[in-house]
Amino acid sequence: MIPPDRYALPARVLHWAMAMMILAMLFVGAGMVSTASWAYPALLTWHRPLGVTILVVAMLRLLVRLTHRAPPLPAALPRLQTVVARGSHYFLYALMFAMPLIGWAMLSAAGTPVQLWPGTILPPILSHSLRLFGWLSWVHGLLGYGFFLLILGHLGAALFHGLIRRDGVLRSMASFGTRSDRARK
Amino acid sequence: MPPDPHPRMLPRLALTGAILGAIALLFAWVAGWLTPGRVSGGSIVDAMQYNSGKVFLGARRAHAKGLCVSGRFASNGAGATLSRTLLFQAGAMTPVSGRFSLAGGNPDAPDGRNVFHALALRFVLPGGEEWRMALDHTPIFIVSTPTDFQAFQIASKPDSVTKMPDPVRMAAFLASHPETRRFMAYMKSAPLPSSFANGTYYSINAFRFTNNTGETHAVRWQFEPEDNFSALDKASLDRLPTDALFDKYLARASQGPVRWHLVIIPSNHGDATNNAAVQWGPGHGRIDVGTLTLTHAVPEVSGDCRDVVFDPLILPDGVSGSDDPLLAGRSAAYSASFRRRAKEGPRRVSVPVNQGIAK
Repeated sequence: MIPPDRYALPARVLHWAMAMMILAMLFVGAGMVSTASWAYPALLTWHRPLGVTILVVAMLRLLVRLTHRAPPLPAALPRLQTVVARGSHYFLYALMFAMPLIGWAMLSAAGTPVQLWPGTILPPILSHSLRLFGWLSWVHGLLGYGFFLLILGHLGAALFHGLIRRDGVLRSMASFGTRSDRARK
Repeated sequence: MPPDPHPRMLPRLALTGAILGAIALLFAWVAGWLTPGRVSGGSIVDAMQYNSGKVFLGARRAHAKGLCVSGRFASNGAGATLSRTLLFQAGAMTPVSGRFSLAGGNPDAPDGRNVFHALALRFVLPGGEEWRMALDHTPIFIVSTPTDFQAFQIASKPDSVTKMPDPVRMAAFLASHPETRRFMAYMKSAPLPSSFANGTYYSINAFRFTNNTGETHAVRWQFEPEDNFSALDKASLDRLPTDALFDKYLARASQGPVRWHLVIIPSNHGDATNNAAVQWGPGHGRIDVGTLTLTHAVPEVSGDCRDVVFDPLILPDGVSGSDDPLLAGRSAAYSASFRRRAKEGPRRVSVPVNQGIAK
C-alpha cells in the first residue's frame, strides 16, 4: 500500500483549529498574569472554557491520529532531525492534554470553583490542598511558556521544510487542494 | 517527494526568522516583558512586600492575621427581585465559612492598630457555585485604582528607624490623590469597632445584580451587626493586648451565635460605580435580604479558612463585577498572593525583602 503524502482531512482540520486555539490560549494565559487591569478578569473568563474545549478537541485529535495513517517523514531527512521531529510531536500531544488537566487539577486543589461560565461549574478532580495548588500552578505556568517555545520551534521547522527544504512535509499538513491539483503540479 | 532545496536560501531563512521573531515579540509584549512598569497582581504584591520590608512565608501578603468562622445565611427572599442568585431565593439556607482579619502583612502584629477590620466570606451554593466576599469595616477604600494602590504601597513604606513613611514621598502622593487624603481623614475620625462582632462590613466596591427577568442593577452591600456597637479608645490602642480582638471574638462566639443583616444598597441615578474611594450620597434604598449567623470560631491554625483565597470576583450566577477597576486589581493581587504562599507552604518564618522596586 502506498503511504499517504498528506494527513487525513480530519487530522488537517483539527490541527489548524487547535493551532489557533492553543496559540490564543497561550497568549491569554501569559497576558492574564501580566496585568491587574480589566483585562485580567476578561481574559480569565476566556481561559477556562477555551482550555476545556482544547482538552475535548485533543481527545478527538488523538483518536483521529490513532485511526489514520500519517505520512512518513522524508527518507532523506537526517537522523537527528527525524528524532527531534518525533520527540517534539510526542511533547506537543502530551501538553495538549496536560495543560488543561493541570489547570483543572490546580483550581480543584485551590478549592476554587472551576467555573466555565456563570452557573456552570466543573466538579473538582483533586481534593483541596494548598501545597498541591502551589506546585501545580507553578508547573502550569512553566509548561505554558515551554509550550509556547515548542510551538515556535514546530513552526520554525515547518517553515524550514516548506520554504527551504521544500520536501513536502509542510504541504502534508497545510495543503487543502484537491488531489488532482497536486497531481498536475 | 524528493527534497528540492530552494537555490536562494538566505532570503527564505530571513523570512522564517522574521515570522518567528514577530510572534515571539508579540508574545513578549502580551506577557508584559517589554513593559516592566505594567501593574499586575504580582507587581502589587511586590509593592506590599516592599512596604512591609519583610515577607512572612506562607502567610497572606495582606490581612495576614486572621481567625476562621463558620455558620449559615438565611435568605428572607427580599433579594430575589434584585438578583437571581440562589443565595437570595426565599427560604434558602446557605452554609458559610469565613475569616475575620486585620490589615497588614504580619500575622503576629498587635490588634491595637487603626487599620481595616475585615470579614471575608465564602457562601457555598448548590451545583458547586460559590460567592466569595472580602469586606472591610470602612465604606470606602484608600485609593481608586490598582495603579494608585501600588504607588501608595511604595510611597508609604515606613522608614526602618522612624517607622514613619518618607514625608516627602508621602506628601507628593497625597498632593495628587485627594481621595486618599479624604480616606485618611475618615480613618482618623471614624470610630473603630471594639469587637469583630459589632462591626459593620462593607462590600467596598460596587457590583452588578441581574434578576430573573434579566434586569441589571448596580449595588453595594453591607453586613450590619445585631450586637450593639461600641468603639475602641483610639488614644490607648497601643495598650491593648496583642491578640485582644481575636480573643474577644472567640469569647463572644463561645457565648452563642453572632448575627448580621445583609443590607443591599441599590445605586441611585448618577452614583459612580467605578470609584471605591467615593461614598454614595444620602437617600438610598436599603433592602434587608437575610441574616448571617456565625456559629463557630477557631484560631486560623486549626480552621479551614487559611487555605482559601477570598477573591471578590468569585461570584455566582446573578452577580457580576462592576466597572470599578479596583475589583480586577484585588482579584489579580489576591491570586498572586495565594500562589506565592501556596508554593511556600504554610509555616511561620519571615525573611527580609531585598528586592529593589521601580519607584
